[in-house]
Amino acid sequence: MIGGRPAPSSGTYMNIFVCVKQVMARDSLLRVNESSTWTLDDGLSFEMNEPDSFALEEGLRLKERHGGEVVVVTAGPARSASTIREALAKGADRGIHIEDERYAEADAYATALALAAAIDQEEHDLILTGLQSDDAGFGQTGVILAELLGLPHATIIMEIDASNGKLRCKRELEAGWFQTITLPQPGLLTIQSGINKVRYATLMGIKRARRKPFQRYSPADLGIDVAVRQRVLRLYSPKQSKQTEYLAGTSDQVARELLSKLRFEARVL
Amino acid sequence: MSVLVVTEQQDGRWHRMSLEAVAAGQEAAKAMDAPLLVAVAGFGTSALAEEIAAKQVTEVISIDHPSLAVYSADAFAEALRQAIEHVRPRLVLFPHTYQVRDLAPKLATSLGRAFISDAIGMRFENDEPVFVRQLFQGKLRGDIGVEGEEPFLASIQSGAYRADAVMEGDDAAPIRSLVVSYDAEAPRTSAEPPYQDAKGAVDLSSADIIVSVGRGIEDPDNIPLAEELTEALGGELAASRPICDNGWLPLDRQIGSSGQTVTPKLYLALGISGAIQHVVGMKGADKIVAINKDPGAPIFEIADYGIVADLFDIVPALIDALEEED
Repeated sequence: MIGGRPAPSSGTYMNIFVCVKQVMARDSLLRVNESSTWTLDDGLSFEMNEPDSFALEEGLRLKERHGGEVVVVTAGPARSASTIREALAKGADRGIHIEDERYAEADAYATALALAAAIDQEEHDLILTGLQSDDAGFGQTGVILAELLGLPHATIIMEIDASNGKLRCKRELEAGWFQTITLPQPGLLTIQSGINKVRYATLMGIKRARRKPFQRYSPADLGIDVAVRQRVLRLYSPKQSKQTEYLAGTSDQVARELLSKLRFEARVL
Repeated sequence: MSVLVVTEQQDGRWHRMSLEAVAAGQEAAKAMDAPLLVAVAGFGTSALAEEIAAKQVTEVISIDHPSLAVYSADAFAEALRQAIEHVRPRLVLFPHTYQVRDLAPKLATSLGRAFISDAIGMRFENDEPVFVRQLFQGKLRGDIGVEGEEPFLASIQSGAYRADAVMEGDDAAPIRSLVVSYDAEAPRTSAEPPYQDAKGAVDLSSADIIVSVGRGIEDPDNIPLAEELTEALGGELAASRPICDNGWLPLDRQIGSSGQTVTPKLYLALGISGAIQHVVGMKGADKIVAINKDPGAPIFEIADYGIVADLFDIVPALIDALEEED
């Protein structure tokens, strides 16, 4: 047990781990790096991957309902520490950062391996992740993490009932269908985006966060390597699949020109 | 050195993307000059196995077992792991469905392999596979290389290959039954039958004109502006996921992988960036108009007409112009 008191897994008390990633802010202007394998960080601001923020919120609500501890975990470069701080300010109890610059470009397997190594040495009842990251968008880290820890998982979860030592969940299927899925604790759930209203950090929360336990590891500390199984060979702007005709001018000109084109050129009005 | 396509079905009906994956498999098998195997996993799926055997495939692998009657990640990953170790394919292709997202990363990890999710293309360079996929919400595209040995596992994005491109076979392909054995306990997850929340009152799939709003609409107070334009055009109003998540429009007006798939004559995207999950639901529209402040928004990639501007300038001008004509 690191940085906190060992907690019994009995009763309703829950040891909740929420895995988060730091990504570039939405609507960042992306530039490809010299080796064409990733984007340049210069001048960008970074934030918590939005899908992960819904997982964090769900973890905080479960803790409020059942009692327990929320531990926020990330595998990322040094800059990711600010995302852990943000989660602590919102109410997470402690943070774990597996720090290595290579995690910025690492695949879902290498990331999951780091998360698994850190979580495996602690009592855990529930692990939550976002659905996918807004950068690489693998959408795999949670499921791989469950497999590495030997845990059952369920994906695209919208509601969690964690009473009776089980996880009874509403899972989204495709095209407006849902199902109820039940798994034992400990288990891993990936959370559908948008299922809750994410809280903001309060001033008091930000103050308190400074005193909360924050554990840093290198991959070597955990006995692992940053070993990816897939890598970006070349990153590039998509080729236009269509010849887009751009309309410019004053708003009135553009509006009239568009309507005329839709009517006489495209014949869809 | 074969290609194995893993299809998806439920209660004896194909998932619509299964045939798209078969089309991808046929193309890959041809490029690799390799046999094409197609797996059908479930319980009571012999009719589906026969149906796929009529296509241009080398062999159908039927994995029929009571444990596969209802999907669970545990039972399906174990069945497919046994199938892959038995067949030893070079390439394994899945349709990129919700079920595959739940299953394939687990399966690949249990095989000690990578899984390349949501690929839109693939090729071989110096005998090494290269998959193409979208990154950064569709703003950039990447050629992805795989570390380590075959089999290489990947899923195919909805619409990347055409189901109607699947070639019929001359003779029915043989069907091989593969017996899976479960010595472990029952699956750890248990699923109840699927249900629909209050059935959507709106069927957007029959609309000729759709005006769709995204995050760029900024505030629920601005929805009436989009409604006004929709009415002036005689269309239906729709939205991307974040708008429905916020409750600004009802869920039954959501377009995309978790909402409806539409093919109107005209799709007018207002302040929609064009994330993959949205685009798969509307890229089949006849004509797409994109209005967005961000010139780098991926929606412009598929737009026929693009307007890089503030929608709050353009939409009122469009409404005025339409009213003038009346």
